[in-house]
Amino acid sequence: MSRSSSISMPLPLSRPVHIRLLGGLSTVWKALTANRKVAVGSGIVAFFILVAIFASVFIHQDPNLLSANANQSPSAAHWLGTTATGQDVFNQLVLGTRSSIFWGFITGIGVTILSIVVGLIGGYMGGLIDEVLSLVTNVFLVLPALPLAIVLASYFPRGAQTISLVIVVTSWSWGARVLRAQTLSMRSREFVTAASACGESIWRIIFWEILPNEISIVAANFVSTTLYVILAEVSLEFLGLGDANAVSWGTMFYWAQKADALLLGLWWWFIPPGLCIAVLGAGLALINFGIDEIANPRLRTEPVPKALKNKKVVA
Amino acid sequence: MRHLIRRICFYLVALWASITLNFFVPRLAPGNPAESLLLRFERKGPVNPEALKALQAAFGINTSDPLWVQYFQYLNNLLHGNLGISFTAYPTPVATVISQDIYWTLILGAVSVAISFVLGCLIGIVMAWKRGSLLDTVLSPAMTFLSAIPYFWLALIIVYVFGFSLGWFPFSDGYDTSLDVGWNSDFIISALYHAILPALTIVLSSVAGWMLVMRNSMITTLSEDYVLMANAKGLRSRRVMFIYAARNAILPNVAGFALSLGFIVGGQLVTEIVFSYPGIGYSLLQAVQGQDYTLLQGIFLIIALAVLAANFLADLLYTALDPRVRQGRSA
Amino acid sequence: MTTGAQTNNLLEVNHLSVDYLAANGTVHAVNDVSFTLARGEILGLAGESGCGKSTMAYAISRLLRPPAYITGGEVLYYPPQRDETMQKVSRRGTVKRVPGEPIDVLKLSAAELRAFRWNEMSIVFQSAMNSLNPVLSVGAQIMDVLQTHRPELGADGRKKRAIDLLNLVGIASDRLNSYPHELSGGMRQRAVIAIALALNPELIIMDEPTTALDVVVQREILQLISALCREFSTALIFITHDLSLLLELADHIAIMYAGKIVEKASSKDIYEHPRHPYSYGLLNSFPRLHGPLRKMVGIPGSPPDLRAVPPGCAFNPRCPLAFNSCQTVIPTLQSAVSDVPGQVTACHLYDVRMSESGPPTTAEIAQGYEALAERSNA
Repeated sequence: MSRSSSISMPLPLSRPVHIRLLGGLSTVWKALTANRKVAVGSGIVAFFILVAIFASVFIHQDPNLLSANANQSPSAAHWLGTTATGQDVFNQLVLGTRSSIFWGFITGIGVTILSIVVGLIGGYMGGLIDEVLSLVTNVFLVLPALPLAIVLASYFPRGAQTISLVIVVTSWSWGARVLRAQTLSMRSREFVTAASACGESIWRIIFWEILPNEISIVAANFVSTTLYVILAEVSLEFLGLGDANAVSWGTMFYWAQKADALLLGLWWWFIPPGLCIAVLGAGLALINFGIDEIANPRLRTEPVPKALKNKKVVA
Repeated sequence: MRHLIRRICFYLVALWASITLNFFVPRLAPGNPAESLLLRFERKGPVNPEALKALQAAFGINTSDPLWVQYFQYLNNLLHGNLGISFTAYPTPVATVISQDIYWTLILGAVSVAISFVLGCLIGIVMAWKRGSLLDTVLSPAMTFLSAIPYFWLALIIVYVFGFSLGWFPFSDGYDTSLDVGWNSDFIISALYHAILPALTIVLSSVAGWMLVMRNSMITTLSEDYVLMANAKGLRSRRVMFIYAARNAILPNVAGFALSLGFIVGGQLVTEIVFSYPGIGYSLLQAVQGQDYTLLQGIFLIIALAVLAANFLADLLYTALDPRVRQGRSA
Repeated sequence: MTTGAQTNNLLEVNHLSVDYLAANGTVHAVNDVSFTLARGEILGLAGESGCGKSTMAYAISRLLRPPAYITGGEVLYYPPQRDETMQKVSRRGTVKRVPGEPIDVLKLSAAELRAFRWNEMSIVFQSAMNSLNPVLSVGAQIMDVLQTHRPELGADGRKKRAIDLLNLVGIASDRLNSYPHELSGGMRQRAVIAIALALNPELIIMDEPTTALDVVVQREILQLISALCREFSTALIFITHDLSLLLELADHIAIMYAGKIVEKASSKDIYEHPRHPYSYGLLNSFPRLHGPLRKMVGIPGSPPDLRAVPPGCAFNPRCPLAFNSCQTVIPTLQSAVSDVPGQVTACHLYDVRMSESGPPTTAEIAQGYEALAERSNA
């Protein structure tokens, strides 16, 4: 009944590194471009990351340079006008991208790592450790994050590091809860039992066996966390909790508010940074919804068949 | 019933956690912020002894009592409603400052959140029911974009366009400051008029979130067998859409509502700042910029209390909607 | 056109075709199927997974979901000749009919379909847990059908009818306000049957109602179904992959393969002399409790990909007695053997124009299968 076929394929790990790398890259590329939402969103985010990295290419002057041309509307010399102290808005915007993107992603990574650690450990260990971690998670989940962040940040020296740390402390709980639920369901799967029967240490099981299976949730979590984190950071900087001498989108808002930009009608000062945030946020949200669609096939839009449109068939 | 009692206990624990956080953080912060606060108070004038005691209990300054004694004193003060004296609004006690602001914030917040939740869910239901139609294909990406816009930036835009440029609505203060505060119709109308733009901001910022979650939840629910059976039974579409599909699809949104309250409150605070609305947000800004720690702590506690209470209400609503929870099972 | 008075037919399905218009190819789930159902008859629909039986049942009641679409055929329903025939005024409008003429279910408008549904034809899904709304009590789910289709019953009348229905299927009256998650699996299935009987329909379609239950409960439910159908003279289309159930329960059995009906006969005839080689294979795929020890053979191979059905007879790659015509000409349902006219089968072996040797006996089919088994073992 059985015709045994000899295994003639080479084992995957025996291929040279550069071919494996290319294979991995092409998988990632396919994943990014398969779903339209993910593709558009990734494009937007990539654009901002590129601007952040190559900021110095676009700016020719120091954005903090004060000049006498205060409160000017956009012109050829200053593409987005000037601030109340004569600084070039466009330069500030481009340089601010670097700070906002950098801190946004760093904080997002921090939050994700913390929520992975808490969620996975609690979910896998069970028992008292899980009870305690769950309680802490739920308490942090239910306390209002932004007010807590504001209170915490006020006690510490102003700056981007403070903001980043405070946001990490207040926003890890949502991801932790999601990952704990997922880990609980994974724990009873056979590959975990097999791994522990082989004598693998607990840490190895958690981070090398279970975590790779939850990558898609972690990815979605990272994207939505980064979106939230960028908004929160800008809000905190707007309130004055950031480093007022640094240049970022949030501090631009802070100075604009201080200079009554709204009442003076200096729209070029406060609209562009918000637009950047909104577009970047939309890009991240699109990626998120795209991941949702990939994970849940019911949400995908199937094109209506032509035959139905021509009324040839009955539903 | 047992389920509800467990939830109440949990919220009490959360409240205790926020109080304890308030107690410990100033003592752990670098640079001894409490000492500097006391110095600034003394510079303003003699501090009355009761306020001094409250400061001591809250921040642990000028006292040699052991930590746990301070803690219980702090708790005692809280139970008596003594939240300390505000520095920026010296010599008004914090409790008075907050109680003046809280009505404005509560009313604006409650109305806006209610409107945006109901509107978001209804639009989400319709969009899922008419999936693939023009409404759906246009609104979905538009709402995605809207949900990513930061609250205060939207506030700034709205203020600029509708308040400043077009001049249709007032864009600062909660009411016309030349009027007397009171329950007269002039005042009420003016208050409503001033509330329109802030409410619009909050509704626009939060409606997209509800709508998209509702839409996705509804689409998943519509493919369930019991919806197919409801159609097979020949029930009217409205009944199928609401009682069979929406009633099940809304559960994740109700659960998510409680969780996102913290986020909405944060957004509302910032919106109030932009509009100079006489709510808690404005006091918060004063507190942050003036390093008024007592006021800051007081505001945080009140906000935490409000959010926890709202969470509890959402739990009640969820229990009423989902019979599976009543026996302690989760859906 | 025959009228309801002339025939005893309840349902006539003619050349029904259902396709799944998916992105990676069109799947012909139901391929030109025709059959008739008499009033009060219990018809069993058997076949492997993926042969199209559930799709056809949903197509008859127009409950298909995209991307499944009906691409041809008609489903003629002969309303009963009762005094208040088909003047069921539901809130959405009357079902139009000319007395004596059948109605084509596929051509009903949305409002007419809503009035038609559950009144004339109801359906019992496979998983009772999934087909009951988890946030409504069982009683509410019976009563909302009554409210929509029998508005003249008051609230009390509805409640009484709901309790009567629950008692009919063996559920106590105090379960009226229970939620689905508070009932056991067997009770949930009974509740779904009670809902199906609520308006005394002429036809009930049951899609594998007992597959998810354990054997003891299965037997109880089957006995219940059998008793109720006889009592109310309700026609039943019972879909299952378990042929042994149908042999006990059904009057007639239709066996489907790759979207077509390959044999239809009374259960007695199918049991005693299955004509189509596939029917024989299916019948002998489960062991018998008595009789001499036999080697179990099963049917080698697997059902075809419905995007690319083999030409000619779809079963020919797996059939032990296939010959050259089988790969070119699609067989149609015809009477297999002249002395048993009710047994129709779609097989060239029984078609004198195609096959030179006469129709095979059961023993010859058995030998063919054993030979096939030996060849694949070699």
